[in-house]
Amino acid sequence: MSLYVNIKKVMGDFTLNVEFSAQDEVMAILGASGCGKSMSLKCIAGIETPDEGKIVLGDRVLFDSEKNINLSPQKRKIGYLFQNYALFPNMTVEENIGVGVALPKNERIKVVNEKIKAFYLEGFEKKRPNELSGGQQQRVALARIMASEPEIIMLDEPFCALDSYLKWQLEQEIMESLSTFRGTVLFVSHNRNEVYRFSETIAVVSDGKIDTISEKEALFNNPQTLSAALLTGCKNISSAKRLTEHTLKAIDWDMILYCNRIIPEDIKHVGMRAHYFEYTDKEVSQNTMICEVTKVIENPFSYIIMLKNKNSSQKDSFSKIRWEVDKEVWKGIFKKDTPIRLIFREEDLLLLS
Amino acid sequence: MDLSPLYISIKVAFVATIITIILGIAAARYVLKIRRFKGLIDGVFTLPMVLPPTVVGFFLLVIFGRNSLFGKILMQFDINIVFTWVGAVIASTVVSFPLMYRTVRGAFEQFDITIIYAARTLGISEFKIFYKIIIPNVIPSIIAGTVLAFARALGEFGATIMLAGNIPGRTQTMAVAVYTAVQAGDRAKAYSWVLIICIMSFTSIILINFWNNRQDKKTAKRGDS
Repeated sequence: MSLYVNIKKVMGDFTLNVEFSAQDEVMAILGASGCGKSMSLKCIAGIETPDEGKIVLGDRVLFDSEKNINLSPQKRKIGYLFQNYALFPNMTVEENIGVGVALPKNERIKVVNEKIKAFYLEGFEKKRPNELSGGQQQRVALARIMASEPEIIMLDEPFCALDSYLKWQLEQEIMESLSTFRGTVLFVSHNRNEVYRFSETIAVVSDGKIDTISEKEALFNNPQTLSAALLTGCKNISSAKRLTEHTLKAIDWDMILYCNRIIPEDIKHVGMRAHYFEYTDKEVSQNTMICEVTKVIENPFSYIIMLKNKNSSQKDSFSKIRWEVDKEVWKGIFKKDTPIRLIFREEDLLLLS
Repeated sequence: MDLSPLYISIKVAFVATIITIILGIAAARYVLKIRRFKGLIDGVFTLPMVLPPTVVGFFLLVIFGRNSLFGKILMQFDINIVFTWVGAVIASTVVSFPLMYRTVRGAFEQFDITIIYAARTLGISEFKIFYKIIIPNVIPSIIAGTVLAFARALGEFGATIMLAGNIPGRTQTMAVAVYTAVQAGDRAKAYSWVLIICIMSFTSIILINFWNNRQDKKTAKRGDS
């Protein structure tokens, strides 16, 4: 079952305009809050109607503005896991699971019992949602979706509102539950770690548009655009100007960087991940910045060192570099009391267009 | 003492409340669904609550009177509304309707929309969503609206006396009976009716409070678990 989406929707001064297709895989949609990722899911599910475009699932056209096709959400066969699970508060667990199953009573009971077993809900059949823990609620929501036999499952920021311990547990549970599902899974999140663990393909959405779609390793190792770099957690970004085929000027960092790769003509930014910097106390000149420490922030297992270029001619006092370093390493460096030299290794530079 | 005003009041309020429940829920659902003229229609539905009841009664008289088009159509079927207990029911319904409508509408508006979205994606029909999911979840508000509407219908005076008049044994409700007794200088009778009305109104308020407390306790208990 493949999904093809090409939709446009104008909401005030925000325009959603996305086009992508997904095969039988877990595809993540990564984007900052308010970038239009949830709206895209709602359009696919038929809860919201796009202004124009086309949505095709397998051989069924769900929406086509030109042919005036707009199937109701009831007919689309799309499983939608909401952030708050949206269980029916007036129904018991088994009623929640069974209410969407359009089968004669005997068969429905069979399906419900099957799902209760598969999602480890035995003993909770007669309980109401408010008597369940968050994890149990999530399992009911998933069981309910599976009982309605969807052709595609969409998860809308399922762990957004949870503390990190519970989040980890629920994430593991969802992964296990979905491992038996053969169709497309769309997973919407703004959390890069979740997205990396969950999916194979990642679509980066920014300001209502698809920015890049790529394999997750490729995206994290070598993001091509500014929003992809930011969403994959790159903390140091400077606007950049190409000087020659292999050198560029990092304007905000006020330094010239060398790179073995051919620098694209349209480069606009250069990025450097916070934990990729290398410290040296030797005199190296290439791709090295002599830094002044402006702030040291302590994390449980590391320090975040805020630095700025000591030799910069720029007057503003902002820290331009964020360096994440192990506690022990930093303590060693700190003792020496020498100027900090950071190496921007050329292979770690993210060239962003 | 002639107890007919008590029976007439209860009969009228009871029938009016039933009609109000149905119309109030339907109207609340309708107003939430429409996109255009929402404010206007909401205003029309709420108007009987803020207008003086005599003005409502006057409008009803204009609509149902023998000289109006609607009144003439009804006359063809030999139906007369003015000065009958049916008129009292209509007057009470119109006046109590906004209480039900507004209470239920508030509950519908507060209902978590994602629950409805989830139901749709699960393939549950709109009608089934309404009666199996929305209605059971707004029952407390429906009951609160019902009690308010019933109390209002029971105490209805202005619109009732305009449309149904003051015919002892036929359209004379308790509220009208108090007025008549005072006009006639029958203090003792006025006191008896006032006492009965006070007891009934007070009981309904106690009932609604009792219900609310029980609901609060229920939700508090749920919160603990």
